[in-house]
Parts: sequence; structure tokens; C-alpha cells
Amino acid sequence: MSSQHHDHHGHHGDPLHGHTHGDAPGVHYSLKDYTTGFILAVILTVIPFWLVMGNVLDPSTTKYVILGFAGVQLIVHMVYFLHMNSKSEGGWNMMALLLTIVLLVIVLSGSIWVMHHMNANMMPGMGDAAAVTGHGNHDMQ
Amino acid sequence: MSNTNATFPSASGGAAAVREYHVREHHPEQGTLLGFWIYLMSDCLLFASLFAAYAVLGRNYAGGPSGAELFDLPLVAINTAFLLVSSITFGFAMIAAQAKKLGGTMLWLGITGLLGLCFLGLELYEFYHLIHEGAGPSRSGFLTAFFSLVGTHGLHVLFGIVWLVVLMFQLAKHGLGAENMRRLSCLSLFWHFLDVVWIFVFTFVYLMGVLP
Repeated sequence: MSSQHHDHHGHHGDPLHGHTHGDAPGVHYSLKDYTTGFILAVILTVIPFWLVMGNVLDPSTTKYVILGFAGVQLIVHMVYFLHMNSKSEGGWNMMALLLTIVLLVIVLSGSIWVMHHMNANMMPGMGDAAAVTGHGNHDMQ
Repeated sequence: MSNTNATFPSASGGAAAVREYHVREHHPEQGTLLGFWIYLMSDCLLFASLFAAYAVLGRNYAGGPSGAELFDLPLVAINTAFLLVSSITFGFAMIAAQAKKLGGTMLWLGITGLLGLCFLGLELYEFYHLIHEGAGPSRSGFLTAFFSLVGTHGLHVLFGIVWLVVLMFQLAKHGLGAENMRRLSCLSLFWHFLDVVWIFVFTFVYLMGVLP
């Protein structure tokens, strides 16, 4: 047992060893992290609701501001609730996240871009339909 | 440690064999969490496609009601609060589990599950109300995209609650062993992930839907 223990320590410098040393899952859950995250998340949630429900800014500005708040809240949740950092799971978590973000940007910006152009190109033929829709909305108000 | 005794004599040869022992000892734990993370990332892509569909169809009212006419923001705010508070109560459950306090873990998990049920209840009430008003998923492209996106999120929460209840039975039976800690860690990731998706649902669908 003692020689085995010795050997164990002999390989401490092994690069493979570094990230696999924990006995439980590599995350430490601390009260401080959760309360900090929760307080930040509440602030970042209340402000956008207040901006929209109170008509504080003009709508086009509000749109970008609340998207900004959502982006910041995403980072807060990732750091304090999902315990993300560049070292978790030996960096593979971050790699998977980066790949997902790349795919997400392609899917989202691609669909919005393509569909916007298709809409624009359909417009001449859809003129009547658009007018009818506009009329319908008008009637409802 | 029994694993060590079994493999060590044959591994006395070289560093490579010793290295293999470390792989065998530690990686299953890490493998599960990493694999679960990759599942969550694929789930992200599912939600991304639904968000893309909503982004494209979100203003196609087909002469029907718009988001500004339908959405009840105070209700959404309460729902958001339920989900956000359930995130921190799950955090408390994880802290209790880490301290090996079974009672505390069960209590906080129970509260988390109840908050999840409140969230689902309000969401179902909202859906029922919309369908009752004639604004069901077949009314317009906007409502189809809305019901698919918000409904998919709600289904995830439902499965999260089912998982949570099953895990509570597991905890009651087997306690806070390594397996149950691993399961708790996975559910924790899942639950917090659903809250992250909800940030974008309330921002992109509800708040931006109300703006002209």
C-alpha cells in the first residue's frame, strides 16, 4: 500500500493527472456564488420588465437594450449557476459551448437573413394581401 | 480503491500502464457530466431553430391578434419569478447535498419541484386562456411559432419535474452516494439550462412581442 501511495505521488506532475484529481464532480457549490448570481439575475430581469411595462424609452431603443440585458444575464447564469469556466471538464465544456454558439449564430442569422430577403422579394405579388392584412388590423382597433 | 489493487500488479511495468489506471478510475464521472453537457448543447440547437422560426414568423398575424393584444406581462413576470427562485432553491439543494445533509437536500428539491409546478400551472392557464379566446396555435403563423417555442420549453420543465421526483425517490432509498451526486449534478445543469432558455423566451417573445 505504501509503495503504491508513493507511486501515486510520483506521477503528480503528469499532465493527464491534473484535471482528474477531484473525487466528486469537479464543481464546488458555494452559497456565495448562488446568492451573487441570484441578486444579479433579479436586477437584470426586473430592469427589462420595467423598461417595457413603464414605456421608459422609445420602443426601438428598448428592443436593443433588453436584448443586451438578456445577454448579460446569460453570462451571469453561466458563471454563477452553471459554474462554467474555461477549465471545467478540461476545457471540453467550453469547446462544446463555442461550437454551439457558432452553429447558433449560423442558424439564427442565416434564417433571419434568408427569410427577410424572401419576404422582400415576395412583396410585389403580396401587395394585395398585405393591404388586406393592414385593413384587418385597422378594423380591429 | 479495490480497483487499484486489482490493476496495480500488472501495471508495475511502465508509466503508460499507470496512466491507464487513472483513466479508468476517474473518467466515468467526468464522462457523464461532459456527455450531459453535450446533450444540453444539442438541446440549445433545438431551441435555436424554434427561436429562428419565431423570429421569422413572429409578426405574421394573418389579421389575427398580435402579441401586444394577447400577452399579459404581469403574469409573465410572476412566471419568471417562479423559475428564477426555483433556480436558487436548486442551488441550495446542491449545497445541502454537498454537505451530505439528506434532509435539507430533499426539502430544497421539494420546494424547487413545487415552484416548477407553479410555473407550469400558470403557463397552462395562459395557454388555456389564449385558446379559449380563439388565439390557438392554428390561428396564425405567429401563434404557431409562439406555441411551439413556449410549449417546448414547458415540456422540458415538465420532464425536469418528473426527473426531480424520481431522483427524490432515489435519494430516499440510496442516500447521497457518488451515483446520486452525479445525477443531482446533471439535473442541476438541466434545471439551470431551462432558466437560461427562459431568459430569451421572456425577452424575445414576450417583452419584444409587446413592443410595436
